[in-house]
Amino acid sequence: MELREKAKQLLESGDVKAVLGFEPGTGGVRRPAFARSAAQAEKLVFDGEQNLASYVTHKEVKRLGRVAVAARPDTLRALLQLMGERQIKEGDLLPLVVDADGQVTELPSGEAMEEYLALSAKELPAKDRELLDRLGNMTRQERWDFWQKELSRCIKCYACRSSCPMCYCGHCTMDCNRPQWVPVPSHALGNLEYHMVRAMHLAGRCVECGDCGRACPVGIPIHLLTFNAEESVHAQFGQRAGASAKLDYAMSTFRPDDKETFIR
Amino acid sequence: MSEPNIYLPHLMRIAKITEEAPGVRTFRLEFVDEAAASAWTFQTGQFGLYSAFGDGESTFCIASSPTRKGYIECTFREVGRVTAGLADKEVGDIVGFRGPYGNVFPIEDWKGKNLLFIAGGIALPPLRSVIWNCLDLRDWFKDITIVYGARSVADLVYKHELKEWEARPDVNLLCTVDPGGETPDWAGKVGFVPLIVEQANPSPENTVALVCGPPIMIKLTLPVLAKLGFTPDSIYTTLENRMKCGVGKCGRCNTGKSYVCKDGPVYTLAQLNRLPAEY
Amino acid sequence: MADLYQLSSASLDALFAALGADGRRILAPTEADGRSELNPVTRADQVAKDYLQTTLSAKETVFPKVERLLSYTLAPGQVDLVDAEPTVTPTVLFGIRPCEASAFAALDAVFNWDYRDKFFNARLEQLAVIGLGCTRRDDACFCTAVGGGPGATKGSDILLTPMAGGYLAEVLTDKGRAIQALAPDLFQPSQGVDKAALLAEVPAAFDQPALTAKLPALFDSPLWSEQSLRCLGCGACAFVCPTCVCFDIQEEADKTGGRRLRAWDSCGYHMFTLHASGHNPRETQGARWRQRIYHKFSYYPERYGQLGCVGCGKCTRACPVDMNLQEHLVEASQVNP
Repeated sequence: MELREKAKQLLESGDVKAVLGFEPGTGGVRRPAFARSAAQAEKLVFDGEQNLASYVTHKEVKRLGRVAVAARPDTLRALLQLMGERQIKEGDLLPLVVDADGQVTELPSGEAMEEYLALSAKELPAKDRELLDRLGNMTRQERWDFWQKELSRCIKCYACRSSCPMCYCGHCTMDCNRPQWVPVPSHALGNLEYHMVRAMHLAGRCVECGDCGRACPVGIPIHLLTFNAEESVHAQFGQRAGASAKLDYAMSTFRPDDKETFIR
Repeated sequence: MSEPNIYLPHLMRIAKITEEAPGVRTFRLEFVDEAAASAWTFQTGQFGLYSAFGDGESTFCIASSPTRKGYIECTFREVGRVTAGLADKEVGDIVGFRGPYGNVFPIEDWKGKNLLFIAGGIALPPLRSVIWNCLDLRDWFKDITIVYGARSVADLVYKHELKEWEARPDVNLLCTVDPGGETPDWAGKVGFVPLIVEQANPSPENTVALVCGPPIMIKLTLPVLAKLGFTPDSIYTTLENRMKCGVGKCGRCNTGKSYVCKDGPVYTLAQLNRLPAEY
Repeated sequence: MADLYQLSSASLDALFAALGADGRRILAPTEADGRSELNPVTRADQVAKDYLQTTLSAKETVFPKVERLLSYTLAPGQVDLVDAEPTVTPTVLFGIRPCEASAFAALDAVFNWDYRDKFFNARLEQLAVIGLGCTRRDDACFCTAVGGGPGATKGSDILLTPMAGGYLAEVLTDKGRAIQALAPDLFQPSQGVDKAALLAEVPAAFDQPALTAKLPALFDSPLWSEQSLRCLGCGACAFVCPTCVCFDIQEEADKTGGRRLRAWDSCGYHMFTLHASGHNPRETQGARWRQRIYHKFSYYPERYGQLGCVGCGKCTRACPVDMNLQEHLVEASQVNP
């Protein structure tokens, strides 16, 4: 069954209160769309870029009730990570995957999502892989200069944070003023510290969807920071964000056989 | 050429600190610059932005009366970064003050009228300014009734002044605490403020009502006043909203086309009814 | 009354040189990585050739993203306040669009009603605008619906309209005449140029006065929460907008002293109106989205007699999820209260 048909069926049966997918927007660009009726389901398409998992933690979306979500692999990873972090429950959502022929399969459980993801290896888009390698081959000074230049353009609009499915905290570190961990204004220190803290908070949690980089209105490739943190965690601990709904998060778990000796 | 910097505060020295209730303090502040002290005036209803240097600014009403010269007072509860910074200060320390901002209670318009003050908890400070202003001009007004309540006896603010008002024959004070908030020796009333107002059965005839309290108290008191026959034009309140600039520019306190910091904080109920309920 | 001239493309370098010799910095759209932004230029060939709009707006010249308001030093029992003086560079904005040029009036309305903001005024005084009319538009533009147009002169000191060999130049204000006086030979007499024929066609997308009149009745409409379901609550739209002016005041200090900074803020953030008690007058994204629309199209005109939107479309282009303002306004125009 195709996405629009499936959406209509789910809405008409009352199985879900909304189907979250995409629709054509300004100049043909794809944007997130909430279909709440069979008529609205008519406009749904699947080929958008945004990671729709960002919406499942919005209270306005939670209030709608059970929601079906058109999910690409990075969306599924984000949903699994959110389940592991206890932000959503299995029954709250119905992920829908669409294959190359446009046929829709429901993945109603964490297990089904994990099985689906296991079918294909996760790969970074070539462009991002190339940029990460280029950054990795720079000297520390070159890399520092690169980021200083990029971050000087940052206006601290927080589009990156808002578009990220893993940045769901109701009271973000940036919102805290007791103490003021990170300066609010968009000066050099305020920009640098914000992005550094965010990259650290996403290490091991970033599903590498790249939404933050796409969201940035001034075109800073900010996703490379969190990608790099994620790749680091993978290289050192063998973990990937969103691999499973059962969290085994290297950055917050201690085991007696951990390779670091400093804590012993 | 340089215009004045509207964001630059006056420096104020803390002359006196009174612990009003748990977490609630009153500061008496005096201008460090004596020239500013003699030139500066305000009218009742106005507010200011008070700085704890190092923490930031917070908005409180000016809780003292303009008839009392040489100082201003503010009363605040410790709830966040800036109020915690202020709460740490001692007599003699320097804080900042920008003001007076906002509009005023039009007390000249109330000459010859009865005044009914209704306040709850930490919302007494703005009305306290008006009360003292009116008591200092006592023969302008007819009957003055004050209904004030708090959650418990300990939470009543200006306890010493409550006794003064109680003792005055030209003031009718009805002091109340929420059921369960009384102490064994409590001689005042027990019951929520709206109920006490209803029991007092004030006449709306030639009377102006000022209401200030937590949202729930206001929500339950306004229908009582309506039932008693008070018209929206005769009921005044003072709003609070999150503020930063205090001068109608930063947009934060904007409610409908109104800036609470400029067109308020004093509004009649009639004016409030014309604004969206975003406050 | 505008004085009409023609300026050849070849003479721009000389004009820039004359401005530079007069001690003025020239900010113009320059292109990098497929996007254009305002940057200092000294030569005409540095200016982006075929751009429509910069991503960020020119408001940064008069309302920077960070501005020091005051500073102070601290010692036991003592506070010494230091007033801040804005560092202002005489600046000419070259090549911004008529929509953006008209936005300065909207900023001025906020910064100078009642109290006057010295930081904004110091910068505005040293700013001159050479606007550039539009020969094309995109799907996000809607200037004509909000009282503007591809050749509108409001806010420009000189307005250039591209034509064969260069530009039609309308010298509009004293600041414009002062620029002309720096290099009068470059401004050739104009010969019967049909300006309208040079400009893009931008039919009005909706009836704005009708919408403004209708908004009070739509306040409780479910439309606003529906439209904002995909809104992420970031500040991109407010920050790129040439008329958005809401700001935060932040304290940065240690035991020896500190400073108070003004920074851009957005009514779209949930913390914008959050009280210390936890009460939030605009609890939902729908209420915040509604505020954006109403502030620009209802409260602003009621208060300042002008709209808070110039139809530039920057918000639409910057939004990560395509909250197309024109589209939303057209929908609001059509919905029944």
